[in-house]
Amino acid sequence: MGLYGPDQARQSGAAGTKRLNQTDTSKRMMWVAHVVAIRDRQDREAFAELFAHFAPRVKSFLMKSGTSPDMAEECAQDVMVTLWRKAAMFDPAKASVSTWIFTIARNRRIDILRKQRRPEPEDLPWGPEAEPDQADALALQQETSKLGAALAELPEKQRTLIEKAYFGDLSHSEIAEQTGLPLGTIKSRIRLALERLRHVMK
Amino acid sequence: MTKIKHHLTDALLMGYAAGTLPEAFNLVVATHISMCDDCRAALAEFDAVGGEVMMATDAADLAEDSLAATLDKIANAPAAPKVRPRESGVFPTPLQDYVNGDLSAVKWRKIGGGVSQAVLPTSKDATVRLLHIPAGTAVPDHGHRGTELTLVLQGAFVDETDRFGAGDVEVANEDLNHTPVAEPGMDCICLAATDAPLRFNGLMPRIVQRFVGI
Repeated sequence: MGLYGPDQARQSGAAGTKRLNQTDTSKRMMWVAHVVAIRDRQDREAFAELFAHFAPRVKSFLMKSGTSPDMAEECAQDVMVTLWRKAAMFDPAKASVSTWIFTIARNRRIDILRKQRRPEPEDLPWGPEAEPDQADALALQQETSKLGAALAELPEKQRTLIEKAYFGDLSHSEIAEQTGLPLGTIKSRIRLALERLRHVMK
Repeated sequence: MTKIKHHLTDALLMGYAAGTLPEAFNLVVATHISMCDDCRAALAEFDAVGGEVMMATDAADLAEDSLAATLDKIANAPAAPKVRPRESGVFPTPLQDYVNGDLSAVKWRKIGGGVSQAVLPTSKDATVRLLHIPAGTAVPDHGHRGTELTLVLQGAFVDETDRFGAGDVEVANEDLNHTPVAEPGMDCICLAATDAPLRFNGLMPRIVQRFVGI
């Protein structure tokens, strides 16, 4: 890789990335609308669309985390049941649907694989407006789009470590054992990756 | 509340978001985040990274009747359990859930030097306890074999590194040998988790340690 390689690549891809972000953001807003449709009128068609998109990825995520295919299928279904039941708790100004489903899947994994309770932070007290502001929701969905694009553009070595940290049910020192990389290298690669991701979130 | 100065590290926030920390650490992280808007916002970013990592996976094949089976489960699901209302008090809700109440519900045991503790039930890969340190009292000088997280819930303590007030969390590892002293004026209540036994540097505390299980 040449000295200017990464920057050049990023510049030439910038226009394409922007278009992609717009499509990605409108897709995210559609998912938000689907969750609202489930909340307000138990909309089965909206649910079926969310299911088709998310359930296979939840299953894949759980299998990469060491869950057997049968167990992952069962859990993916349970995660989607939770989405239906807790649709009223979803706040698109605070999370993208992908983020929310990830947290449900993660908690289910802790429950099933580790048989542990999961302490969650105290909910913030409800403000005067029950319905989140549309502009806030749009801004948050756009930011998450950028984050997704930035993750895809990370150098391979950095992205792999981030994925391992989320999939593998592994601590940094366990990743060190598994990959044979020194702990310091892993920590600095993850730090670099996080700096890049944060840079696009600002 | 005074401004929180000592926050969670990226490694802890990421571990909490990924779901890879021991339960005892999760409790300290969740309790700190309940008190700290900065770390709450940082956690939202780490959760979002998890969501995008999940979305970037190749979709797995679902069972043929997957959607129908899920709709069945929805039709037969019992109503969601009621969330336990927050008792007003010193402890944020995640901690109240482990104590089954607030400060007055804690079953303290004396561990010497005026200090009391209450070990909370979690999985065995790490331990978490509440510490009650009377104003002006020192916790015996100790080092750590693993990582120790100490979150101040009330009062403040000072050690060789800095002052820690309500909401502050100290992240200590093998390199830190310290003697935390509660500030005069108010008793200090902390939530402390460790993934290895503490290593006290005096003989007496070591003998006590064998009996009290810390």
